[in-house]
Amino acid sequence: MNYNWNWGVLFEEEYLSWLISGVGWTFAVALVAWVLALAIGVLIGVGRTLPSKPIAIICTTYVELFRNVPLLVQLFLWYFVMPEVLPDDLGRWMKRDMPNPEYVTAVIGLGLYTASRIAEQVRAGILAVGHGLTSAAYANGFSTAQTYRYVLLPISFRLIVPPMTSEFLTIFKNSSLALTIGLLELTAQSQQIAEYTFQGFEAFTAATVIYVIIALGATIIAQVLEKYTKIPGFVGKG
Amino acid sequence: MSNFDLSVIIDNLPFLWQGLQLSLFLTLLAIIGGIILGTFLALMRLSGIAPLSLAAAGYVNLIRSVPLILVIFWFYFLVPLALGRPIGGFYSALIAFVMFEAAYYSEIIRAGIQSVRKGQVQAGQATGLSYWQIQRYIVLPQAFRNMIPILVTQGIILFQDTSLVFVVSLRDFMTVSSIVARTEGRLAEMYVFAAIVYFVICFAGSLFVRHLQKAKTT
Repeated sequence: MNYNWNWGVLFEEEYLSWLISGVGWTFAVALVAWVLALAIGVLIGVGRTLPSKPIAIICTTYVELFRNVPLLVQLFLWYFVMPEVLPDDLGRWMKRDMPNPEYVTAVIGLGLYTASRIAEQVRAGILAVGHGLTSAAYANGFSTAQTYRYVLLPISFRLIVPPMTSEFLTIFKNSSLALTIGLLELTAQSQQIAEYTFQGFEAFTAATVIYVIIALGATIIAQVLEKYTKIPGFVGKG
Repeated sequence: MSNFDLSVIIDNLPFLWQGLQLSLFLTLLAIIGGIILGTFLALMRLSGIAPLSLAAAGYVNLIRSVPLILVIFWFYFLVPLALGRPIGGFYSALIAFVMFEAAYYSEIIRAGIQSVRKGQVQAGQATGLSYWQIQRYIVLPQAFRNMIPILVTQGIILFQDTSLVFVVSLRDFMTVSSIVARTEGRLAEMYVFAAIVYFVICFAGSLFVRHLQKAKTT
């Protein structure tokens, strides 16, 4: 194996600022998409468990649609196809005048995709609470809204903290797909450094180490969160 | 949208079919490789021998923290360097997928092995079977039967993941669709078509998983 090591390349300009900017974009995509995914995912997940058939069907369709098409295809649909399908003026605006189109598309695409995964966790959490508590709530004269607000959601949200942590990590990893529509996030920047300097080993190691640090950070936060949200007596059921 | 042109799909069907075949072939080989390597990782992790289980745990946690695209870049760079000569993109991609998916499969298989009751292993030991005989004839057959639905689900995810070879221009279904889309200037038709094809295959797969789960519980 012939290879000229040069770890110093990572600390040279501009490569160092490329890496830093890559980390910035990775966080910017992942965090904003996460907020979007949480908001929509909770609505869809709750919707699937509602007694209303039409709502449940719409929400199930959403989940099946977004889960069964690769994220890469979804990003391309939002980025290349959406402007063509929309009314002419809006499409033209998206192509020419929309600020930061790669970033906006990545956030929307990743957010809506992750929402379908979060919806499944929320649904599983609500189902795990069990019939007993739901029946008890109805027997006490709670409306459906009250049952969700005071019984099902507070318990299920605490039950699903562990799987949601792994979703949170997944959204960071999936944000790397934004490079396919031209957003220079962390993975793209490391690839670019590898191409410019021929120091692939160093460049990819840098990206790997940063992703591992993000994963470790998320795991530590998760453990703290789990400690405070754990429901005694429910452990192991969720 | 009013001029949605289906002829571009029909004209390029043979080319698209070649791409789909590559996607399916890559998926199949990566599933087989991933399950074999994943089984070894799971056995290492449960072996009770500290260096082995630490090495396996370290590998699994490392791979699970990084994005698949980065792993693909790594192996496209590393494999030719390690072998000293360029090999085809397909083999680099295959190695990347096997190494990546093995980490995910090993977690599934580990849970499957742990779902086999301890008494089974003890009965094997009492009958005088060796460690490998116990794994081969008692633990793994039962573990895999319990795991089949989850393994198939992971296979569907893997099939979706193969679309990421797009980043190294390997001609899978996604890359081929995108080539047609660009050369014919028909982005909307091609990407919608690609989405439908992926959806039909993956949705059929998930219906199959539901069928397996029902068959298991009854």
